[in-house]
Amino acid sequence: MNRRKIQILGSGCQKCRKLAEYATQAADELGLDWELEKITDPARIAGFGVMQTPALAVDGVVKLAGHLAGVAELKRLLG
Amino acid sequence: MQTVPSVPSSMQARLRASGPSLIAVAGAVLGLFVYERLPALAAALAAWLPFAPDSRAGAAIGFFLYEVPKVLLLLCAVVFVMGIVRSYCSPERTRALLAGRRGGLGNALAAALGVVTPFCSCSAVPLFIGFLGAGVPLGVTLSFLIAAPMVNEIALGLLFALFGWRIAALYLALGLTVALGAGWIIGRIGMEGSVEDWVRTCPATTAAAGLSGPVGWNAHLGAGSAAVRDIVGRVWPYLLAGIAVGAGIHGYVPTDFMAALMGREAWWSVPLAVALGVPMYSNAAGIVPVVEALLAKGAALGTALAFMMSVVALSLPELVILRKVLKPRLIAVFTGVVATGILLVGYVFNLVL
Repeated sequence: MNRRKIQILGSGCQKCRKLAEYATQAADELGLDWELEKITDPARIAGFGVMQTPALAVDGVVKLAGHLAGVAELKRLLG
Repeated sequence: MQTVPSVPSSMQARLRASGPSLIAVAGAVLGLFVYERLPALAAALAAWLPFAPDSRAGAAIGFFLYEVPKVLLLLCAVVFVMGIVRSYCSPERTRALLAGRRGGLGNALAAALGVVTPFCSCSAVPLFIGFLGAGVPLGVTLSFLIAAPMVNEIALGLLFALFGWRIAALYLALGLTVALGAGWIIGRIGMEGSVEDWVRTCPATTAAAGLSGPVGWNAHLGAGSAAVRDIVGRVWPYLLAGIAVGAGIHGYVPTDFMAALMGREAWWSVPLAVALGVPMYSNAAGIVPVVEALLAKGAALGTALAFMMSVVALSLPELVILRKVLKPRLIAVFTGVVATGILLVGYVFNLVL
């Protein structure tokens, strides 16, 4: 299976940290091979077309923006 | 053997589907029931404490015990309704509406959308870049960015609940006017050159595809409950602190003391309130109870509102965030124009009311 790049977009606020924590938990529960990248540079965040943080992208594709999601929803987005 | 769809299970499914609506109705009924009995409940609770109700400490504690549940209940109701309204709006939709709009109409629309579009100041930078990149003019973008914190939904809702619709409507109208005017002025004097260079060279972006908002009435109700959990869960310490300060003012500051300091006659009180308010940062939820107590002690409404607006709309953390995309000159103009607008609002309120 390909290694997935889980990208967390956000300035490093509390919600972004929570999102990273939940996303890695969801990836582990799915048994994915993953790596985590935290993107805090506003220019790069804007480059994703995202206007609200926290946001989640997988291999460059935005899956979630503007709010936090629970582990269950993240499993659906990552799976 | 044939399988017959059993009645109980289909009823269960229907019950589950209408769960959020049922919970919302039950919450509203319970909240109303408690709200109506609050004065009696707070008085009964205060009677247990060893303070005479007419002493200073007694007055302060009585205020605190009554205000905390009252403001909390009102806040939940307001945030719930706003959460539902906001689940119909998104920054992407707002950006599409604003792209390419120039002139006063664009500023007015941006200010109005700033009130209802979900916005968190930690997203100010990506939002700013996203708006400019899609062709929203700088002045129009700034109208949006000023209106969003200035006409704060929590402040609006609490003003409505505590002081009535007239004051809430005045706050809304004047806040929108400041956002509209400030954005329009900055657009007119052509400050595009004062946006940080890297922002202007950012490639134009399109909205991330595949993100959909909530669908169906239950999803919108769910968005309302999520907003209550998120916002009330975040602001309650500010609210308690604000009510504690308000209680202190209520119990210990002599009546009409504020009339001399923040009254209508003291012309310098409005600039002073704004100058004090800008470096201060609090949540709207924390500042409204303070305003309530100040008004009861004779502060003029315009002065109190100017104080509140400058605390909520202009804050150092927000300016630090905006500094990433705006050059110092534009930051200074931005602060100056918004502060002047708030100043005018204060004077207008004091004159009219």
